[in-house]
Amino acid sequence: MNDVALIVRTIVAWLVTLLLVFPLFWLFITAFKTELQAIQIPPLIFFTPTLENFKEVEVRSDYLHYAMNSIITSVVSTVLGLLVAAPAAYSMAFFRTRWTRDVLMWMLSTKMMPAVGALVPVYIMAQTANLLDTRSVLIIVFTLSNLPIMVWMLYSHFKDIPPEILEAARMDGATIWGEFRHVVLPLGVGGLSSTGLLCLVLSWNEAFWALNLSSAQAGTLATLIASYSSPEGLFWAKLSAASLLAIAPIVVFGWFSQKQLVQGLTFGAVK
Amino acid sequence: MSRVLPRSLMAPAVVSLFLWMIVPLCMTLYFSMVHYNLMQPGEHTFAGLENFRYFVTDPDFGASILNTIWLLGAVILITVVLGVLLALLVNAPFPGRAVVRLLLISPFFVMPTANALLWKHMMMNPIYGIFAQVSEAFGLVPIDWLSDYPLLSVIIMVAWQWLPFACLIFITSLQSLDMEQIEAARMDGANALQRFWFLILPHLGRAIAVVIMIEMIFLLSIFAEIFTTTGGGPGNASTNVAFLIFKEALMNFDVGVASAGALFAVVLANIAAIFLIRLIGKNLD
Repeated sequence: MNDVALIVRTIVAWLVTLLLVFPLFWLFITAFKTELQAIQIPPLIFFTPTLENFKEVEVRSDYLHYAMNSIITSVVSTVLGLLVAAPAAYSMAFFRTRWTRDVLMWMLSTKMMPAVGALVPVYIMAQTANLLDTRSVLIIVFTLSNLPIMVWMLYSHFKDIPPEILEAARMDGATIWGEFRHVVLPLGVGGLSSTGLLCLVLSWNEAFWALNLSSAQAGTLATLIASYSSPEGLFWAKLSAASLLAIAPIVVFGWFSQKQLVQGLTFGAVK
Repeated sequence: MSRVLPRSLMAPAVVSLFLWMIVPLCMTLYFSMVHYNLMQPGEHTFAGLENFRYFVTDPDFGASILNTIWLLGAVILITVVLGVLLALLVNAPFPGRAVVRLLLISPFFVMPTANALLWKHMMMNPIYGIFAQVSEAFGLVPIDWLSDYPLLSVIIMVAWQWLPFACLIFITSLQSLDMEQIEAARMDGANALQRFWFLILPHLGRAIAVVIMIEMIFLLSIFAEIFTTTGGGPGNASTNVAFLIFKEALMNFDVGVASAGALFAVVLANIAAIFLIRLIGKNLD
């Protein structure tokens, strides 16, 4: 009886999973087809793979330029975010005042503001400052919109460091910088890295601001992919190759840090 | 010293977030009450509540509200129901469980524009798409998903992306479930359905509430999927509030009306936010 249940469970679980990831599998193999094979009826599963599309994507749509924008905007906004968020989280976790809770809640509430609510003002400000379609404006916006999540994640990690250790360091005459450098940083490195990871993923995949504030100059991979949306023309193989190059790094990234990433998004409400 | 330093450590984060919140909000408030079109430079004359009236009486407005609610409701329903079932399925050990979990989470990390185009072209294309091919194999007439069922198509794309998120949260929550209690209930003769209904579901309650509210926040302003696939159409069939505001602002260049709409979206989001903040606040200490 139990054996049968196990076999049924295994088969059902695998079937459902394969069905769910089928679109990704299809994207993956289409990237290695020729354009004609990509739209062949019935759909082709076995074929001689070609790397032509990847070359074409680079030549025709300047893939590396967009990839560079994605890398720069997401890495810089992550580092910037950590530099601003870590001291704040440290201060809130170890120097609690009666306002700490309210400040945290208020920060959370800024994340609840729909991005579209700020679209017009941010667009006009960027236009006035001549920052439209620059990496700078994307970096600023990505950093600010991720900041609340970063403070929250770091705060909940720092809070797990026993205060007694800090007491002991202070007794031994550590300065606040020494305390941060030698105690909090080594113990909080897990929190810092998972916070950084989440921020990287969110910035890499960010599409709303990227689509509205950037185009050819500072556009990220999300905007490059969006430019493949024209209704006519069948260039699925190239679209697949471009998409694959854009999502593969972050999906693999996600596999290694799925738990922290998803928990970070819940603001620690599910443990 | 003990007060100044902690505060100055917090200052950059607090000040920048405060500006990020208050400056756009004030500007939006101001814009919403003046005549301001990006294509017609000049004085911003006072408009009173005219922009609000214009936005609210726009025939697209009612449709966009309904579409927003449909999108939100359908995706939440699909992800929660399937997410719970899926989490229960992969929670118990079976061969390859670790691999299955890795594969399952993948769609969540796909950027929205890639997700949307993958579905639009390779899955839902009425001639060459996989869906069309499968229905023809069964002798059915292929459906032109994006033209005939635009909103449903967007729902499918978004649900595909958020199902893994919901599932992973439920798996996390299931891990803190007291298995001995379940076993005891089984010994006492509770069948699988009863165990699910009276023990597992209440345990998941909190996780379900969190998933619903996080999804509400993100799904209220779904944009990239609509932008890259249907463009809000045909007509207004897949225009949600976020997309309508975008259209007013960057396609009609009407800053005033777009700002009035933005204030509306903020109010809508805040209704969802209040519940989430209270829930998270409860277990802060």
